[in-house]
Amino acid sequence: MAEHTAEHHIVPLKVYFAVFGALMVFTAITVFVAQFDLEHYWGPLNIIVAMTVATIKATLVVLYFMHVRYSSRLTQVIVVSGLFWLAILLVFTLMDYLSEPAGQPSWASNRKTIFLPG
Amino acid sequence: MATEVMETTSTRNYLNNGHTVKSWLLTLDHKRIGLLYLFSISIFFAIGGVYASLIRLELITPEGDLMTAETYNKVFTMHGVMMIFFFLIPSIPAVMGNFLLPIMLGAKDVAFPKLNLLSWYIFILGGSLMLITMINGGIDTGWTFYPPYSSIYSNTQVTLAGVSIFITGFSSILTGLNFMVTIHTMRAPGLTWFRLPLFVWAHYATSLIQILGTPVVAITVLALALERTFQIGIFDPKLGGDPVLFQHMFWFYSHPAVYIMILPSMGVISELIANMTRKRIFGYHFVAFSSLAIAVFGFLVWGHHMFTSSQSMYAGMVFSLITYAVAIPSAIKIFNWTATIYKGSVSYDTPMIYALAFIGLFTVGGMTGLFLAALGLDVHLHDTYFVVAHFHYVMVGGAIIGYLGGIHFWWPKMTGRMYPEVWGRISAAIIFLGFNLTFFPQFVVGYLGMPRRYHAYAPEFQVLHILSSAGASILAVGFIMPVFYFAWSVKFGKKAGNNPWMASGLEWQTSSPPPTENFTYQPVVTHEPYEFEHVEEIKNAGKLENKTA
Ligand SMILES: [Cu+2]
Repeated sequence: MAEHTAEHHIVPLKVYFAVFGALMVFTAITVFVAQFDLEHYWGPLNIIVAMTVATIKATLVVLYFMHVRYSSRLTQVIVVSGLFWLAILLVFTLMDYLSEPAGQPSWASNRKTIFLPG
Repeated sequence: MATEVMETTSTRNYLNNGHTVKSWLLTLDHKRIGLLYLFSISIFFAIGGVYASLIRLELITPEGDLMTAETYNKVFTMHGVMMIFFFLIPSIPAVMGNFLLPIMLGAKDVAFPKLNLLSWYIFILGGSLMLITMINGGIDTGWTFYPPYSSIYSNTQVTLAGVSIFITGFSSILTGLNFMVTIHTMRAPGLTWFRLPLFVWAHYATSLIQILGTPVVAITVLALALERTFQIGIFDPKLGGDPVLFQHMFWFYSHPAVYIMILPSMGVISELIANMTRKRIFGYHFVAFSSLAIAVFGFLVWGHHMFTSSQSMYAGMVFSLITYAVAIPSAIKIFNWTATIYKGSVSYDTPMIYALAFIGLFTVGGMTGLFLAALGLDVHLHDTYFVVAHFHYVMVGGAIIGYLGGIHFWWPKMTGRMYPEVWGRISAAIIFLGFNLTFFPQFVVGYLGMPRRYHAYAPEFQVLHILSSAGASILAVGFIMPVFYFAWSVKFGKKAGNNPWMASGLEWQTSSPPPTENFTYQPVVTHEPYEFEHVEEIKNAGKLENKTA
């Protein structure tokens, strides 16, 4: 088993500070962008910007602070499959929301607006 | 050397290694934790069974005369909650998986023994909260907790029940995590992936579902509790939420949860059939991979619970199609088991009777699932007793039959004593008859239009309901009998010896009951699973192990 060989990888402090700096920069971006309502330019733009920033930050944390970048292949596969299963949940649920509902129950209009602003 | 091992271990084993309560409650031994689970889930099964009896008593007459509609709602809800979350989900993995998995791998314990004990304590904490819920009057939402009824209108303890389910989920996640790491890292020398018993493959697939699915249901019931407590709009349309979203999130876990219950049972059946027919499982690789296929594709079919819930027609078609497809790996197993039995040297001991019952009953349960997967027919059958009959054929006829078969098969390993074979066969026959009499009429009455979850019904359904209730009382006798003869056998049963079935598998090479460290030597595996020539060799040579070369 090769699982235990990668465990004691020592990450230089420099890397941690660099990642911390990047996280701070992205936080600043979030705060800065929050002053403008991007909906004026394109309906879903607000959520797209917010989610992109959040995804990049989460990826940095997982890769460096949680050491996944230095972990065994098996650990990486497990992390990716977690995300893949989340994608299944989202994609198959959206498959329902994005195609026309069979009937039009009272909350059907709600169902559209929650996920498709504008 | 081998014969000495036999003598020393027969006196010193995991059961007599400490007799205090503390030695049980603080044990890190996977075998003792398995027995702790056995004890606790049996209690939950008994409670769930009492609720089942109340349901069947009420339904003997068309009028709602035994209890009010509200009480009836609570009774069927508590039956479902107890049986699903506190018996079926933990049943085979937490009892037999815990007991057997490390032994089958030739390991001393699971990868994280403390986490294993923690999972039992979490289970007990969650279970206690559910018992408190029950004493406080229970809940009346159905085990599916659909909002907005559950989040706004129900006057029962939904929040407490939700917290209980949330907590219990973590016990399931920890068990799955433990098994997965154990299978990856603790296999004995020579035990390659394709030498693993199919029981282990089934548990690997189950662990996958437990780890990837359970967090979703945990967060869903938590969101429900939050909506109920703080009026946050998540699922209630009045607050800007969406009830169909709850159904998506709930069934994302709860359909795969069906496979958490049935896959381990299929693993047990593979072991029973191979060992009771003395043949290598026909198509070993197909049976192994079909478990993984079920685990993965089982996540893509949840919308078949929502055909009548305003889910879009397009989504319904996709979910229906994949549901048909997911029947294929189950069918692969059934065909391969049948092919294994063909020309095998079949012995009709109790475990094999359960295995044969499983094949028949699970096939009926699975095939009627295809009726329900059909978009058009489901509109007629949705929320009728046909659905109730279908999932009881899968859950009782499949999961519980497999559980009982496995308990009988490994009882000599767990206790060192044989159960009385005659009583075993009688109770298996009673369960088979009682089960079919209980649930077959429900297919008919459901098809005729009897809805589920009603305490009063049209008089023309009465005959079928009486048949069903009569069957339930027979079934109850069949379930109670093993409690007595198992208890009797612990003291008075015939001494089992290491390998009473002349079965293959590492668990049969150690003593019964096994020592705390499972093996007094390091087992080395040199051949494929289910090769019975090797077992004969051991017998002829009078040796304990044949592979420490
Ligand atoms: Cu389902």
